[in-house]
Amino acid sequence: MFPVVKAASYVLVHAPDILVNNGSTQTMERAANPNSEYLQKVRQHLRKYEDVVAYPPNQVYIGNKRPEDLWEIEQPWYQNNIPGAERYGSMGEVMPQDEFYALMKISDAFDLVRLEKGFTASVKKKLAEHRLLGREMADKLGEGVDLAEIEALIKDHHAEAMYMDGSLVGCVRRAHDRDINLSAHVMFENLVTKASGILSLVNLFKLNSIDPGSIDYVIECSEEACGDMNQRGGGNFAKAIAEVAGCVNATGSDLRGFCAAPTHALIEAAALVKAGVYKNVAIVAGGATAKLGMNGRDHVAKGIPLLEDVLGGFAVLISENDGVNPVLRTDLVGYHTVGTGSSPQAVITSLVIAPLEKGGLKITDIDKYSVEMQNPEITVPAGAGDVPAANYKMIGALGVKRNELSREDLGEFAKKHGMPGFAPTQGHIPSGVPFIGHCRDMMLEGKLQKAMIVGKGSLFLGRMTNLFDGVSIVMEKNSGKVEQETGISEEKIKAMIAQSMREFAAQLLAE
Amino acid sequence: MDLENQQRVKDAAEKYGAENIIVILGASEAESAGLAAETVTAGDPTYAGPLAGVQLGLRVYHAVEPEVKEAVDPDVYDEQVGMMEMVLDVDAIVNEMTNIRSQYSKY
Repeated sequence: MFPVVKAASYVLVHAPDILVNNGSTQTMERAANPNSEYLQKVRQHLRKYEDVVAYPPNQVYIGNKRPEDLWEIEQPWYQNNIPGAERYGSMGEVMPQDEFYALMKISDAFDLVRLEKGFTASVKKKLAEHRLLGREMADKLGEGVDLAEIEALIKDHHAEAMYMDGSLVGCVRRAHDRDINLSAHVMFENLVTKASGILSLVNLFKLNSIDPGSIDYVIECSEEACGDMNQRGGGNFAKAIAEVAGCVNATGSDLRGFCAAPTHALIEAAALVKAGVYKNVAIVAGGATAKLGMNGRDHVAKGIPLLEDVLGGFAVLISENDGVNPVLRTDLVGYHTVGTGSSPQAVITSLVIAPLEKGGLKITDIDKYSVEMQNPEITVPAGAGDVPAANYKMIGALGVKRNELSREDLGEFAKKHGMPGFAPTQGHIPSGVPFIGHCRDMMLEGKLQKAMIVGKGSLFLGRMTNLFDGVSIVMEKNSGKVEQETGISEEKIKAMIAQSMREFAAQLLAE
Repeated sequence: MDLENQQRVKDAAEKYGAENIIVILGASEAESAGLAAETVTAGDPTYAGPLAGVQLGLRVYHAVEPEVKEAVDPDVYDEQVGMMEMVLDVDAIVNEMTNIRSQYSKY
């Protein structure tokens, strides 16, 4: 019996000041050239929260539009925002930066985050009105501290500053005076990942009426590492996130694999459920501060807004087959091996063709391929091209080489079997997983039969290997048939008891 | 071209002589292929890496250019590059590469 995708959630956090102060492109520029033209122009290219909410790809990410709807909206999408767009979506939300700072404070178990009094009072009111968090969470914020205390912590104790529209409102303190893995910069990054992971899990549970206590295991699959100088990536974001999200009956662990990690996590969660080790496994990832404004130089040079202004997060719940939700075909998995080779052709063959062959399927038997779903409006101006479109071209071209598709149909392949990119360039966030929620909905509506989730990762960035990596799995509409558990049915037990009674009676009579 | 790769190209040119080096690129866009080609011929246009202001003038080709294709076993080429040849805008890449070579390549 295959496991099912029971629920999925997607969140974005508008983070303009974190982009300016913590994005690696900006921090490196500030260190090398503090008076550069780029740094002077950065703030002029930031978007307002309302524009980020109404930005069409963001509305797709949180579930208020389908990916295909983007084809109907004229580009550039940032000039064609959706009128009346809501911050809350069917699968998640776009959280403003001030509320997120409050969530960082609530997520902090070591009293590292300090928020200013006035800021705390104003954001407490906003958080109490949040559709999911409410007063109970807001009350955990406390009263806040004086601005002078925050200024002193930054000046004398290397704390990392937190700004709202350029004004100081708080800080993250270092967690050790000499350990660089517990420095204020690292703690800030890790608390952002933790808090956005929590927001993803809270959305997953509350929007789908799932009891957090029903979760047995959490796999966290972001790209950050938490630990100290003796174990830099020791972990464990998963359990830290599960704790705040109320998963009292769960344990968990972190899984890393660059951008491929979420699809690795999906397959491993499916395997754990199928094997019966755990009944309910949640996979979750928060966002990365380092990638905010990553292509900012190109965006500013080309006069467009800094579109990499959101942190991304997601969560997916994998459970036992309920006969309703789409299944994960653990028998149709693709994986890039050490021996596969790194040519694009070898990569696509191992990830797309191999799982299809296992099921006797053709390339065209998959209705939708979810590949690296980066928003092209972010990547094209940076010279990286339209990533999903390039992937669909490659899959289609392999179809032509395998005589499963005619050359004339190549142009239509992306339209038919693909979708436009809509996810923020947060590394692990766009890789395969953004479509799982839409896919689940569309399969429940009977609009899709089969989809393939493909995750890829650039391992060479860690300088441990030159290898590339990737895994894939087929997701399929549930047939509705749930096989009987092995063992004995109620009828059979009744029949056996009846038989024993008859034999007992016969014995009594004989005596 | 990232700083690490610029250093590798620079080191190879110093070790083996610029006249003995051919750089083969695999970038997916003509624009990014052009930038990498410019880096190993006229120097790093972003002035950020080890090749800033260094005019190596190396011979540089993209993997989908006919010069490369002719030099490779057709079966191997089809297996390794055949699919990408169908996917990439080969004409735009050839134009861009030819343009950079004619301007800056010394060999």
